[in-house]
Amino acid sequence: MSVPLVACHECDLLQREVPLPEGGVARCGRCGAELYRDRPASLDRTLALAAGALLLFAIANSFPILGLALQGQVIHTTLYGAVHRLWDEDMKSVATLVFATTIAVPAIELSALAYLLLPVRLGRLPPHFTHVFRVLQAVRPWGMVEVFMLGVLVSLVKLAHLAGVVPGIALWSFAALMLLMAALTAVFDPRALWKAAGALARPAAPA
Amino acid sequence: MSRAVTAAELGLLRCHVCSQLSRAAASQREPRCPRCGAGLHLRKPSSVSRSWALLVAAMILYVPANTLPMMRTSSLFGSQSDTILSGGVYFWTSGSWYLALIIFFASIMVPMLKMIALALLLVSVQLRSRWQPGQRARLYRLVEFVGRWSMLDIYVVAVIVALVQLKALATIQPGAGAAAFGAVVVLTMFSAMAFDPRLIWDAREPVHG
Repeated sequence: MSVPLVACHECDLLQREVPLPEGGVARCGRCGAELYRDRPASLDRTLALAAGALLLFAIANSFPILGLALQGQVIHTTLYGAVHRLWDEDMKSVATLVFATTIAVPAIELSALAYLLLPVRLGRLPPHFTHVFRVLQAVRPWGMVEVFMLGVLVSLVKLAHLAGVVPGIALWSFAALMLLMAALTAVFDPRALWKAAGALARPAAPA
Repeated sequence: MSRAVTAAELGLLRCHVCSQLSRAAASQREPRCPRCGAGLHLRKPSSVSRSWALLVAAMILYVPANTLPMMRTSSLFGSQSDTILSGGVYFWTSGSWYLALIIFFASIMVPMLKMIALALLLVSVQLRSRWQPGQRARLYRLVEFVGRWSMLDIYVVAVIVALVQLKALATIQPGAGAAAFGAVVVLTMFSAMAFDPRLIWDAREPVHG
């Protein structure tokens, strides 16, 4: 094919792929879905944000999110502590759901991004590139750090009626992590990654 | 372009993982993406029936999710159970009306409207309706975007249950409603993922295999 074509992922309309001005968006002419977007320096920015987010993720999971102060004693909980508590209360499905959406999926997402992008930026194609990319695409809808953050805020207000609430270090880390994750979705361009990976794969491939 | 041509009409398959367009050889029983190796389909396989099945399961679980307690509070003064609705009402009466609005929106409005919207989309596709495809496409995008926020109540339960363990004074335990509600959110998300929005537009084109 001489003319590069794109098919809309929402209505399957075939369209010519046109180069975009800086920061421009290409939308489907029929259904208005976003086809692709110009994301300058996408790989570098994604890598930087992923590195920062991994660090915040580690802090957010090692320190307490909230503490409850009542009659001289303070009860803290980390995110994992909350998951553990649900598991012990025989709410295994809910515990699994919370663990998956707030711990496992963000961890997989961030490490997959780092695993794919770092070698590519250094000029090498990491092994199992396509498999890791498929895992990344499959888990992304299930990361819910921002919803969790709102949930913590609602609980904070609810508990403030009962006793003194002590915000923990992890609360601020989660807030920052939420912002970085949102920035990641805005900055990461899978098309740029495939292009870079394709350029790396070609010289090595026979024929 | 004088006439809209879809990739499917030209026998082109779009990879759902990496967006690569490719032509499937007639000999291939199960075509795979030449770039990333994912299995290719013209449309998501048995999209409508899978989406319906997950949606019906979600609708059934929506009943216990709203009637069974999300949390049980036991204290020196007795015990009390809270459903989603009574939790929202508690915020309303205690003066935190903005939180009551958030709870009402995320936990009651969103799941219900999401299920109604998915049912509407599925019926319209099954009837091969040509009615307002642009509006229906927008509805689907909204459903995909907003569905995750229903998880809010699950996280509230998780945090509160973990913190309120004051042995003699008060403890809060999760109720069966939380499990049912979590299942509703997950099932509706899977149902929306199983639905293929391209079917909305296919009614405009001549039927193809």
